Formats: sequence, C-alpha cells, structure tokens
Amino acid sequence: MPPSPATPPGTAPAATAAIVRLEDVRKTYRMGSEEVHALAGVSVAFEPGSFWAIMGPSGSGKSTMLNLLGCLDRPTSGRYILAGEDVSRMDDDALSGIRLTYLGFVFQSFNLIAQLTVRENIELPLFYLGWEPHDSARRAAELAHRVELGARLGHRPAELSGGQQQRVAIARALANDPQVILADEPTGNLDSATGKTIMELLRDLNRQGKTIIIVTHEPEIASWADHRLHMKDGLVDRID
Amino acid sequence: MALLPQVNLNRTLRLVKLGVKTLLLHKLRSLLTMLGVVFGVGSVIAMLAVGTGASREAQEQIRRLGSQNIIIHSVQPQQDQTTERVRMSIYGLTYDDDARIRETIPFVSRTVPAKLIPQEARVGGRQMELRVVGTTPGWFELVERELLAGRRLQESDMVRSANVTVLTERSARRLLATEQVLGESVRIGSNYYQVVGIIRSETGGTAGGVQTPDQEVDAYIPITTARERFGDIVVRRREGSTERSLVELHQLVVEVDAIENVQAAATAIEHMLRRFHSREDYRVSVPLALLRQAEATQRTFNIVLGSIAGISLLVGGIGIMNIMLASVTERTREIGIRRAIGAKRSQIVGQFLIETIVLSSTGGLIGIAVGVTIPQVIEYFAGMPTVVPLYAVVLSLGISVAVGVIFGIYPAMRAAKLDPIVALRYD
Repeated sequence: MPPSPATPPGTAPAATAAIVRLEDVRKTYRMGSEEVHALAGVSVAFEPGSFWAIMGPSGSGKSTMLNLLGCLDRPTSGRYILAGEDVSRMDDDALSGIRLTYLGFVFQSFNLIAQLTVRENIELPLFYLGWEPHDSARRAAELAHRVELGARLGHRPAELSGGQQQRVAIARALANDPQVILADEPTGNLDSATGKTIMELLRDLNRQGKTIIIVTHEPEIASWADHRLHMKDGLVDRID
Repeated sequence: MALLPQVNLNRTLRLVKLGVKTLLLHKLRSLLTMLGVVFGVGSVIAMLAVGTGASREAQEQIRRLGSQNIIIHSVQPQQDQTTERVRMSIYGLTYDDDARIRETIPFVSRTVPAKLIPQEARVGGRQMELRVVGTTPGWFELVERELLAGRRLQESDMVRSANVTVLTERSARRLLATEQVLGESVRIGSNYYQVVGIIRSETGGTAGGVQTPDQEVDAYIPITTARERFGDIVVRRREGSTERSLVELHQLVVEVDAIENVQAAATAIEHMLRRFHSREDYRVSVPLALLRQAEATQRTFNIVLGSIAGISLLVGGIGIMNIMLASVTERTREIGIRRAIGAKRSQIVGQFLIETIVLSSTGGLIGIAVGVTIPQVIEYFAGMPTVVPLYAVVLSLGISVAVGVIFGIYPAMRAAKLDPIVALRYD
C-alpha cells in the first residue's frame, strides 16, 4: 500500500514553538512476511498548553501514536521533536531520560505498584530523579493533597477506589513536573461520574499550563479536549 | 526545584532498602528461597570447624613430640620360630645403635635413650603398676614437662647410678599421700629409690600414630641405674606362660640441630639401622613428617569441603535464580511502570540485582549464625574440640554475595530487557 500523501491542511508542522511535533512519522511492523504500516506518515504539531484528544477505531494507529509520543518507541522514519529535542533517533537510555524529564503517564488501568503505598507510588519519578527522601516525601504529600488524597498517603492502592487510584496516578504523573501528560483512556475503567471528576482534574491541570494528550474512543471524553485528532488507517483523518 | 542526581552510594542504599522491603512482602517465600544458601554456608562452616578442631588437636599433639626430633621405637617382630620354644626374644635398639647415631649421623645434636620397664611400686601398703623409664637427663629437655617439686635427673645421678627417681604427678599421688613427698622412699622391683622430683603428667597416648614418649604413670630413673638393677631382660608373665625379651633400648629420641635437616637425618638413620639389623625390629617416626602429612590431609579435607560447599551453594544459587525469574515474570507490570516513568535499563538491573544480593547475603548471614552454633552444640554434647576459622566466615559471606551477583544477573537482565510497551500491557 503506497503511503498516502493526503495530509490534511492546517496540521503542517509550521509552528516552531510546538511542544510536540511529528514530521512525516511512519511506523512499520513486520508481521510474518507482511509489513503493517501502523503509522503511514503523520505530521502534527501540538502547542504548549494545549489539550488534545486522539481518537479513532481500534487499528487506526492511535496506540502506536501514543507509544511514540510517550517515547516508549521510535519511529521507523520521520522526526519527532519533543520540547525542541529530536528524540526519534535517541537510544534507550536517552529516551528514559526524556520520559523522566518531560512526560507524565496516566493509564487506563492506573498502573500503580501494588506493594507500594500512595506516597511511595507518587515518589517513584522522584526516586529516579535522585531526590532526597525528605524532599520527595514532602512533594508527594503536596501532590496527594492536590488530588484530594492527602489523608491516604499511607494506604496501598488496593485500599482505594478506582477514582482514587486514578487520582494517585495523576499525582504520580505530576511529580516530575512534566510539560506533557499523556493519558491512555484515563476513564476507561471508571464509572461516568468518577470519570467526570478525573476529566475535571485533567482540565484544571491544562488550565495551569500542562499540555495534555488523551487517547480515547469515547466522544464524550474527547469533548473535554480543545482539539480532536481523528486517526484512520495510520493517518490523520481530520482535526476538529 | 532542583533535580540534582544524588551520589551513587545513597541510591544503592535506597535500593537495598527497597529490596529488603520487597522481600519482606513475601516472608515465607524469601525464607524458603534463601534456605539453600543458609544450609550451604552453615554446613560448610560447621564441617570446617569440626575438621579444623580435630586436625589442630592432632597437629598440636604431633608438635608436642617435637618437630626437631626423630623418635625410634623398638618393635617386637612377629613371633618367629626360633623364639617359639625358648620363649625369649631378642630384638630392638642397642646401646651401639645409640652410639652410632650420636657419633656418625650428620646433624644429630643429641640422643636420649630410654629403657621402659613395667614394674610394681610400693610405699608401705600402697602399690601400683607403673612404668620405669631409665633415661638420661636429656629426656627432660626433649620432653618438656613442668617441674612441680624438687629437681630433675642430673648427670651426677648417672655417674653414681644413684637410686633416685622422678615421679609423674599421677604416680606420686597414688603412691604417696603425704604432703612431703620429696625424700620419701619408693620400692620399685626389689630396690628402694629416693623421690627427688615430681613433674606434671600429660595424658600421653598417641599422636599421629606415634606413642608419646611419656605416660601418665612414669617413674624416671637414671639409665645407668636401670641397667644395673633390672638388666636388659624384661620378664612378662601372662596367661600362665612367661615371656622374656632382651631389649637393650626401648626408645631413642634423636634431636636434630635444625628443622630443615630432620628429613636427611631420618633417612641416614634408617639407612644405618637397616645395615645393622637383620630384621625390622624398630620403627622410625618423624613428627615433622607426620605434621606435614597432617597438614596435607587437612588441605585435602578443605578441598573436599570446598567442593561440597561449591555444590551446595550452586544449588542454593539456582534456587534463588529460579525464584527471581519467577519474580521478574510476576512483576512484569511493575517493571513496565518503572520503565515508562523513566527508569533506565541499568536501574532495573540494579534493583533486581541488589534484591538478589540482599536475599543471598541474608541467607549467608543466617548460615554463618547456624554454622557457628552447630560446632558449639557438637562441642557441648560430643566433647569434640572445634575451631571456627575466621577465614571460613569471611569467605562464606563473600561467596554468598557472589552467589547473589552470579545468579541475580540473568533474572535482572531479563527484567531490564522487557519492552515497556509489552510489559505495561502484561496481565
């Protein structure tokens, strides 16, 4: 399948100030003898402080997109510039450093470490940043307070409700003071009322200046974002 | 906000804490996992302690025989036809042997001959069997025993063939109840001997297969006196028959001038004796050679123990590796989370490696405690001397850490190689 040159207008990588910029990014997987183009030439640019939702049916390439944006994977070709750094050819260690410095992750299944307490989970990025235990404990307490879980610092994830766990995950994503927060179906495992509080929290963070990118297939959730990027067959279908 | 990286030691310490915490989450599993190392280390230290204790005792006994000495015993050959009817056997070392060794063998600085005559001793109503040792004053220099009272034998006693005796403490206690034992007369055989000195008795017995020169119940008299009073024929009555033997000297202790000449002198002595004796009616023992042999035996013992230790620790290490591999699989998601947050591969390796080392070295520490306790118990109940060698403790701890490193590296690498994307999706 020849890559389609049809890149919708208005997504051209014009703004140099973009925090996230993909330039003709392709990702090809080999499945047996067949090549699968998960991303077939994507060019987008996200402004700092913007709130994006990436949408699309399964198989549209949105998971691949999220992995690339999260620096968990490298593009087969094309460039990915994050906060002014070209991360598309970085080695594993350098990418780890980028994730630690610029990114915060929120997952559908919360992904807290079960044997650690709320405080220790929030402290995790700070541990890898090499913070002193005293400082990181104080910051974890602040962040827990911010997500209204100040009284639960000593609890383990299993003792919390789903919504509370997701708030811990958000606090953890904030610990390293990242520029970009990537959320993968953040409300997927929550009831709609709880999901709403999580989305409110993310929107508040966006208003405080964080760039937020969520991946979702639910239009109601996507409607919280300022921009919606629709993916189809490994390409950007449209932006609204 | 300063995001300064901290010193490595600090971080390692925190990883150790994290490892301890993680292992404490599964106390029983951790305990069972380290059991292999516990038993490996414990049994090795215990065995080494018992082995070292035993061999050190043997070596001490041999050393007490004197490492510069060569001890020659007269040995009665297997009953030969000629003596069957006569009931008189002639064998052993002669006065000439003594003179030849003293005068012709190089490196020999002195010889101490001894005649050993079992006799009955009496004081008043008391009586006991003791061993009369006819010897020279040199005896007391080669067989060092504490003088408890009086004096040892002197050259003048030899010259006068005096009827004087030095008793061992045990002999004196059994024969003489009075406080004042010096100057008392003891009847040995058919003569009276004046007690001039008391020396400490040692348990005697054998050391490395060599009869110690002295025994608990000895009476030392000048060899000249022994010759005159008892002659060279020893009469033993047993089971209705009388057995006579003619032995000039029962024992000859040869002192060599320096340790490095002991072997040469021993060879020369054997050569000489072989020339003058038609039968092998003597036995040459070299304590130094026995000591070397005992040391070599211990080395062999240590090598065998080391191999057993190696195998048991290998088994223990494989057990640990097995559990750590299972743990890595079980914690795939945790690894994915840590990697997504920004942990480098090397940090994941560090985390799992340190956890394994904590596990194995804790096992090692418990093993050392077990290994130090068991010998105490053995010593208490079996009365065997044990020595826990320091090197065994240090070595065990080092090996436990090494086991952690060797058997931890593979699971840790496996953990670090996980693709974070796959790991995050793992259930």
